[in-house]
Amino acid sequence: MKEPDPSLPAATFAELALPLLDQLYNFAHWLTKDASEAEDLVQETYAKALRGFSSFQPGTNFRAWMYRILRNSFLNSRTGLKVMVPIESEEQEPLLPKEEQTPESILLRQADRARVQQGLSELAVHLREILLLCDVEEMSYQEISETLGIPMGTVMSRLHRARRALRKILQQSSEEVRNAV
Amino acid sequence: MPCEQWAEKIDLYVDGELSADDARALSTHLRGCADCANDVLGRVQMKRTVHLAGRTYTPSADLRSKIAASISPKPAPASFAWWKWPALAAAALIVILSVVSFTSFQRRESARREQIYSELADLHVGTLASSAPVDVVSTDRHTVKPWFQGKIPFTFVLPELQGSDFTLLGGRVTYFEQAPAAHLIYKIRQHDISVFIVQEALTPRAAVPPNTSKKLAFNIESWTQEGLRYFVISDTSAADVHRLSEMLKQAK
Repeated sequence: MKEPDPSLPAATFAELALPLLDQLYNFAHWLTKDASEAEDLVQETYAKALRGFSSFQPGTNFRAWMYRILRNSFLNSRTGLKVMVPIESEEQEPLLPKEEQTPESILLRQADRARVQQGLSELAVHLREILLLCDVEEMSYQEISETLGIPMGTVMSRLHRARRALRKILQQSSEEVRNAV
Repeated sequence: MPCEQWAEKIDLYVDGELSADDARALSTHLRGCADCANDVLGRVQMKRTVHLAGRTYTPSADLRSKIAASISPKPAPASFAWWKWPALAAAALIVILSVVSFTSFQRRESARREQIYSELADLHVGTLASSAPVDVVSTDRHTVKPWFQGKIPFTFVLPELQGSDFTLLGGRVTYFEQAPAAHLIYKIRQHDISVFIVQEALTPRAAVPPNTSKKLAFNIESWTQEGLRYFVISDTSAADVHRLSEMLKQAK
């Protein structure tokens, strides 16, 4: 067991970690899709992070470190093991979205926030989480790379794939609404 | 459809991840290509909608206090006098209540700020993507400023740009937070900069963003002066945004 770093007093952890509670809980709820599981996951994250705080390198990204702990805890949970399917190779995928025909502006005119929320919840977890980290938590590609433990190239291609998948869901949903009218 | 050579870079541009050189080149391209400009606008709007839609869940007060209690530094075991306990319990309660109310206040403020950022970014990008971004086209501050008279319920002073690398392109009346505002567009090198001026009294205090910040691919600077609130927003560097802000502050 590593000795706690004396330059990091116990009070520092609370000061750094408490302001992240809202966003970590939001992320946990999106991952688990269940309020009670999200609460358990967040509590487990804080407990693990407090225990491992001595291993945190001062000067590195604390937020990415907390998200990494939360995500790893999720992956090891029963829900996480069920939903995280193996991801096929992404690096070689071209970024150019050749099949896209409907600009976002048209889709958004047709889609309200509730439908975007529904679309997000329908995305595969690995696509949902990267979109949340980029667009909701406004992490840089570098932070996302650190959080998910994937190379920058994979961040870009997975993000691209996530946006394309969401666009497709919104497009289908728009067509369904049009057909129903 | 956007032009083939830029299609791969538009997401990076919207995410603020494009290199400065590429961002400059793409900005230049956007001014002449309606398809790509529309595509960028659409993606900014989609990113903003995902941003708002994704902020859905908030922790319960119960979880908040459990976490706060579990990570608070534990007091060193010492000989506590029994008579101190009620006072300590009261103090702990005050701390917990303060944390809960402070974080909930912060959350509300942060949500309001997000709305402000989004509205500013939307106005900026939407205006530049339109075919007629300004209603008064002039590089002369003595033409642009009087044009606003009678159109908005306040007056303002614009800086002398001679000797600087900023150019005034013109202005338009817009509505920000349901209040009339002056929207001025400046240019530096290949970047457009929007300056929004609104009456301070009509801008809710909680809505005011920090003095400088970066959202999406934009740098924003904001301050108040003589009853007016100024917002300067652009995809150019924070240093450029700051320089123009300082010139506006010094304008006489």
